[in-house]
Amino acid sequence: MAVAFDEMNGPGGDVRSAYQELSRWLKETPPDALQYRRQEAELLFRRIGITFAVYGDSDAQERLIPFDVIPRILSGKEWTVLEKGLKQRVRALNLFLRDIYHNRDILRANIIPDDLIFQNPVFRPEMNGQDVPHDVYVHIAGIDIIRVDDNDFIVLEDNARTPSGVSYMLENREIMMRLFPDLFARHRVAPVERYPDELLSCLRSVAPKSAAAEPTVALMTPGIYNSAYYEHSFLADKLGIELVEGRDLIVKNDEVFMRTTEGLKRVDVIYRRVDDDFLDPLTFRPDSALGVPGLMSAYAAGNITLANAVGTGIADDKAIYSYMPDVVKFYLGEEPILKNVPTWRCREPKDLSYVLDNLGDLVVKEVHGSGGYGMLIGPAATKATIEAFRDKLKREPEGFIAQPTLALSTCPTCVESGLAPRHVDLRPFVLTGRDRTTIVPGGLTRVALKEGSLVVNSSQGGGTKDTWILDE
Amino acid sequence: MLSRTAENLFWLARYVERAEYIARTIDATLRVTALPAAYIGKTNEWESALLTAGVSQSFYEAYGEANERNVIEYLSFNAENPSSIRNCIEAARLNSRSVRTALTSEMWDTINGAWIELQEVWSKGTTSREELARFLRFVQETSLRFDGSAYRTMLRNDAYWFSRLGVHLERADNTARILDVKYHVLLPEEEHVGGPLDFYQWTSILRSVSALTAYHWVYRETLKPWLIADLLILNDSLPRSLASCYGNLVRNLDQIGVAYGRQGPAQRHARGVRNRLEHSHMDDVFQHGVHEFIQEFIADNARLGEIVTKQYLI
Repeated sequence: MAVAFDEMNGPGGDVRSAYQELSRWLKETPPDALQYRRQEAELLFRRIGITFAVYGDSDAQERLIPFDVIPRILSGKEWTVLEKGLKQRVRALNLFLRDIYHNRDILRANIIPDDLIFQNPVFRPEMNGQDVPHDVYVHIAGIDIIRVDDNDFIVLEDNARTPSGVSYMLENREIMMRLFPDLFARHRVAPVERYPDELLSCLRSVAPKSAAAEPTVALMTPGIYNSAYYEHSFLADKLGIELVEGRDLIVKNDEVFMRTTEGLKRVDVIYRRVDDDFLDPLTFRPDSALGVPGLMSAYAAGNITLANAVGTGIADDKAIYSYMPDVVKFYLGEEPILKNVPTWRCREPKDLSYVLDNLGDLVVKEVHGSGGYGMLIGPAATKATIEAFRDKLKREPEGFIAQPTLALSTCPTCVESGLAPRHVDLRPFVLTGRDRTTIVPGGLTRVALKEGSLVVNSSQGGGTKDTWILDE
Repeated sequence: MLSRTAENLFWLARYVERAEYIARTIDATLRVTALPAAYIGKTNEWESALLTAGVSQSFYEAYGEANERNVIEYLSFNAENPSSIRNCIEAARLNSRSVRTALTSEMWDTINGAWIELQEVWSKGTTSREELARFLRFVQETSLRFDGSAYRTMLRNDAYWFSRLGVHLERADNTARILDVKYHVLLPEEEHVGGPLDFYQWTSILRSVSALTAYHWVYRETLKPWLIADLLILNDSLPRSLASCYGNLVRNLDQIGVAYGRQGPAQRHARGVRNRLEHSHMDDVFQHGVHEFIQEFIADNARLGEIVTKQYLI
């Protein structure tokens, strides 16, 4: 694997311009001071209760995501390009979803094979022909971005269902400002704190027609045992909206109400952090205790906006991902600003045979997997694991895609032995309301803390960093 | 506000109050049992502690003898006892997590901080009297901090009132339970079944509701059992008396009623209990039978909990 692009010490070893001041500061700051601040940060996180539950790990029912105190920095110029690319990408995702559940022009144009949509478990036939308020499907998108060089931003994954992590973007900043006021004084960092405001106005802007002039918005959580529960309560608090569970809601005459101490109160917009499958036991999984019976019929009647819409999974599916550059061109007639990772679709025999011949060099992902589970990283895998994947691939090729093992860019990171480069990615959050798309300058930088590791997922030992966009 | 949120706030406050009460009970029992046997007679004070905590039956299903070691373990650390301090703190934190949005950061910090601190105690237990004393003090201080931060930082709206309802309902129940278990040492002199030994019982009762000093300020008298009963039942200047709890319950329910523009059975029921307390004299109570009076009160208080739940929390 090639040597990774380091975002501070560029290709020639010269400090890149966005990192000049940080680099100077790091030289002035004794290593002990950094370690001390790191411990202080951890204490703050635990105190505030910013925890993350890891499924299947009973000892660590509430774990902290390790926080790295060295910020990841992008210049204003880099951000401008990225922002434009993200808006373009999300616009295309929304148009694609509208099309898939209505005219299906893109299928008729033979750009995407029919069976990839109709055989796909995340395709929701319930949404066929159903209009959603203002044609917005993906109100909140988390687009995972990686870099391999100075030039391009590459989309690793589109998250169009219930992307999480934005609370870390906000809390990391708060904690950094508390711990390093001097470092902030030496930079002009674009603020991220208006995200909750932007989110609230985005959600209110997409209220259904039957809503009152001041629509009521609620955030729906699966409950305190969900891994992202802290984020749900954090956002509800910042937005000043009720944090509801399925049992707090009831549907009457195709309208949705919440049970309050003063009786039933109508809800117009639900920012739901519950997966499609669990929303309504009458439509989806009958065993779901998290959902609200009748919610889908209120949705069909146009009396409630669900954000994100039902059925958006078809847009961020890993099998669809490989078509995204064509999707952007088809709907917008523009060249995609953000690149895709070259992807082999194992469902296509030619691609499959290439993948089988090169398993040791590739990353193989389950089409429907997430969270870094169920994936093969060829160069890091044992022979036995590779052979096990080979069998799986042969048995069910349509369940997998493969990509080259990319040398994700690195950033200096505070580890036991001092500062060392570690691989990072970036998840900015894109908000789409009735009239406009907004992105708060920043995002969640995830960092793979283990030396050489490329897996940044928090469930797999990844950490986070504050992400700075310089306001030049 | 969401019914579930109100319910969580209500129970959160109850659990914190209960944890403090259990800690006080253990504290007071330790003091009384440290006396030479000649001073306290033959009663098993640890048995009484179980009774005032209302867990005597479940205790005997799990343990043989009601001795110091077993009872402290059961009341403080036992995970099977829903009213153990441990479970109260766990339940309080669980409720806090569910209603984080309705808590101020100071309240959350108190509960979450205590919960983190106590993880070690749960895993190791307390190995000495000093450690036990420190633990009991910590639990009481947590409750004080929680109460204080609620008082100082919460908006005065329904969230605050529902949380106060929890405090006062639980407090009334706790005071009534002590009276229920100990009423026999509080009877007027002529009917009295005990003897001078009871002096230590009396101070123990007062201590468990933090009213020992208050007694002297209110009555300027040596300890008289009927005055202790008067203080704990009818004197509304003592925060843990039944009268004071009901004064507060009526006030909180009225505030909710005004805010929602509607009164209901909870308001009526609480007012009924309060009026009975207001118009009672200790003589009548003794005439009626202290035991019967307290039993009736405990039932009425539990009834209020049910009515509030039905009217607001589900």
